[in-house]
Amino acid sequence: MGYKAKFRVWRGEGGEGRLEDFTVEVNEGEVVLDVIHRLQATQAPDLAVRWNCKAGKCGSCSMEINGKPRLGCMTRMSTFEETETITVTPMRTFPVIKDLVTDVSFNYQKAREIPSFTPPKDVKPGEYRMQQIDVERSQEFRKCIECFMCNNVCHVIRDHDENKPAFAGPRFLMRIAELDMHPYDVADRKDSAQNEHGLGYCNITKCCTEVCPEHIKITDNALIPMKERVVDRKYDPLVWLGNKIFKRSGG
Amino acid sequence: MEIERHEYDVVVIGAGGAGLRAAIEARQQGKRTAIVCKSLFGKAHTVMAEGGAAAAMGNVNPDDNWMVHFRDTMRGGKFLNNWRMAELHAKEAPDRVWELEAWGALFDRTKDGKISQRNFGGHEYPRLAHVGDRTGLELIRTLQQRVVALQQEDEKLHGDPEAYIKVFAECTVTRLLKEGGAIAGAFGYWRETGKFVLFDAPAVVLATGGIGKSYVVTSNSWEYTGDGHALALLAGAELINMEFIQFHPTGMVWPPSVRGILVTESVRGDGGVLRNSEGRRFMFDYVPDVFKDKYATTEEEADRWYTDQANNRRPPELLPRDEVARAINAEVKAGRGSPQGGVFLDVSTRLPAAEIVKRLPSMHHQFKELADVDITREPMQVGPTCHYIMGGVEVDADTGAASVPGLFAAGEVSGGMHGSNRLGGNSLSDLLVFGRRAGAGAAAYVNGLAKRPAASEESIRDARDEALAPLERSGGENPYEVHHELQRTMNELVGIIRKAEEVSEALEAVEKLKERSKNTASPGGRIYNPGWHLALDLRNMLLVSECVARAALLREESRGGHTRDDYPKMSPEWRRRLLVCSATPDGATVSVEEKIQPSMRADLLVLFDRPELSKYLTEDELAEYDAVDGAVKEA
Repeated sequence: MGYKAKFRVWRGEGGEGRLEDFTVEVNEGEVVLDVIHRLQATQAPDLAVRWNCKAGKCGSCSMEINGKPRLGCMTRMSTFEETETITVTPMRTFPVIKDLVTDVSFNYQKAREIPSFTPPKDVKPGEYRMQQIDVERSQEFRKCIECFMCNNVCHVIRDHDENKPAFAGPRFLMRIAELDMHPYDVADRKDSAQNEHGLGYCNITKCCTEVCPEHIKITDNALIPMKERVVDRKYDPLVWLGNKIFKRSGG
Repeated sequence: MEIERHEYDVVVIGAGGAGLRAAIEARQQGKRTAIVCKSLFGKAHTVMAEGGAAAAMGNVNPDDNWMVHFRDTMRGGKFLNNWRMAELHAKEAPDRVWELEAWGALFDRTKDGKISQRNFGGHEYPRLAHVGDRTGLELIRTLQQRVVALQQEDEKLHGDPEAYIKVFAECTVTRLLKEGGAIAGAFGYWRETGKFVLFDAPAVVLATGGIGKSYVVTSNSWEYTGDGHALALLAGAELINMEFIQFHPTGMVWPPSVRGILVTESVRGDGGVLRNSEGRRFMFDYVPDVFKDKYATTEEEADRWYTDQANNRRPPELLPRDEVARAINAEVKAGRGSPQGGVFLDVSTRLPAAEIVKRLPSMHHQFKELADVDITREPMQVGPTCHYIMGGVEVDADTGAASVPGLFAAGEVSGGMHGSNRLGGNSLSDLLVFGRRAGAGAAAYVNGLAKRPAASEESIRDARDEALAPLERSGGENPYEVHHELQRTMNELVGIIRKAEEVSEALEAVEKLKERSKNTASPGGRIYNPGWHLALDLRNMLLVSECVARAALLREESRGGHTRDDYPKMSPEWRRRLLVCSATPDGATVSVEEKIQPSMRADLLVLFDRPELSKYLTEDELAEYDAVDGAVKEA
């Protein structure tokens, strides 16, 4: 069943690098990450790659395989022709540390900028009562394994470093939607989504949804509903009037 | 050589459930806390836990309470458990789960809006709080987000989010440092740069998880190299119960590259059944005497149980994991296995397809993506996989303190709580209960210190030299090859079923591998070099493998996660004996001593019936029980 596959893997560090060619054995049922591991064990012991669970649950082994963002552990070799050269490169949106490992600290920075879950002060642990149907919307977003491929593929920042400070990326705009839809969250998140986390940059091309390994409908279920709320807020004439009257001193 | 230095009150090693809960507690008690982890923040092995967190909240069956949970835990562990830990765990688990909800966790709900609870092996009532089959992810994300919430608080108060709690991600600790007998800090390296880092800290909480990477077929991730177990040993602490390893009955068996990946027990909890190649539900043939009156004897009764638990006994597929793993092993050996060397686990004929996708989304996804199997249409093939080590650092139940002052441990790296076999669902609750206790224990210890111990320059130099050695050698052993050989050795010779000759053979092999590992060479530089990292992890894997094998050779009985072909029976005499491992500071010599397990406190003992206890206890212990029971009845 085994065959020799041609792999081109990006190698390098410190801002320099190149694609390196390998010929490597592939066995039945293997995934791209298995082949990377075989390269480490036999030809390139210092080839850097992140991975943990190897079961699509931790979101560590994000990489670009033939130009598409994929989890290495969930990309089966049987989806390629045996004669095909498979090109593996690091995620493009984040700076490369070495080989396939990138500096994803952008994501952790953004995570810290989103105000946390804010429950009402008078509800004690054990007193929460929620219906299944009401938690399911946020549960969909909590399936996120933080592979950061949605942020990687998002054109707002993929080739535009300059947008990074103002844009949280699909992952964390979805986090805002998740909290906004949490039955017990009392924080007002609509204005800050737009003004502080860059919701307005998103023009719903759905690239994030397409690459999500958890098949979360990021655009349809998180980003668009969030945009709709912002619009309601912005253009509701009563709210507008109210803001004019009561917040005049602040404006 | 320049070494980056940081000063903290508490350093937590590991950022899974136990580590994060410990760190949160230490920070909430005002301690400057570092979380040091080998992976990125939020990626720890806890994400792979599927089934749920066991807590006797009584949301689904109001008859459930901590006493029932305590009894189930002790039975699951075949009464070898540290009973104080089992007691604290059963009593505190509900509060720990509710607390997560107040931090934003969204568990599945009951009709009346409470946290839903599901059935699991060995638990008398539906007890596992869950989110589909991705409970571990929910747990870790909630704790991760709690850490972030605390950092946001600190930013408001002190202008620096990392003033009191900071995550050092992709950073590996290779040595604990001491002054006199007490912990003074931890030494490690940044994976990203290869540069060294030293934490000056009087308290260290180990929360590094398990040791599965010593085996070929395992559900564990690469991080599970026994780091905390080894760090504790090398610092002079003791490990107990190292012979007890849980082989989860249902791992994937095909394709070969995914062999060992977990198939959640929820499949059986939700109605899935095990069949052999003849189509027989073979678990009915494997109900051991100690569990005879608690499990159904016919398929009809077992099937009725899913809808009427008051009037029927549980299906034998839901026996504790050790029983099911041995049964599967026996069926395959008897030639009644599936084509790829496992048995069939079928949920497709038991639930409607839509229900399967809803209740077991990750399993549906996993089999479809990795094995081209649609579990709503056909059975899965499954077999045992190395999943969890019951053994670990011997700790004080209430504080998580090890014998070395300043050293604490929680979660899988600690020992005692689960006895000889852990019940499914008791791990996530263990992490929360004892993570919090270890964090509090470390904080209290720091409060009581008159002066902070300081590591000597010599010990720091030694740690640095040890870490650099594989990079400085050329033409030595390939660490990947040494690792593969260790995995094969442990899998074949110290696996599910053990024999004295084979375990002895394994010990000889491990001894040789220890020599070879001293001569590993890692080409390449210090920046993110996995060959170097593995060479350093090998020391730990070899040390814990030696402990497992030595203890397994000594324990001449079969109990829970330790099955001896040459001593197939459980022995009440052995139940009272704990095997305690210690090592010399260089790790060259491991020794094992016997220690008597303290008797259970009287009020806990009388929670059990005499006929049940008589299956586990010695005559002397039963006499103690009679005296206590008599006194209770008189009063």
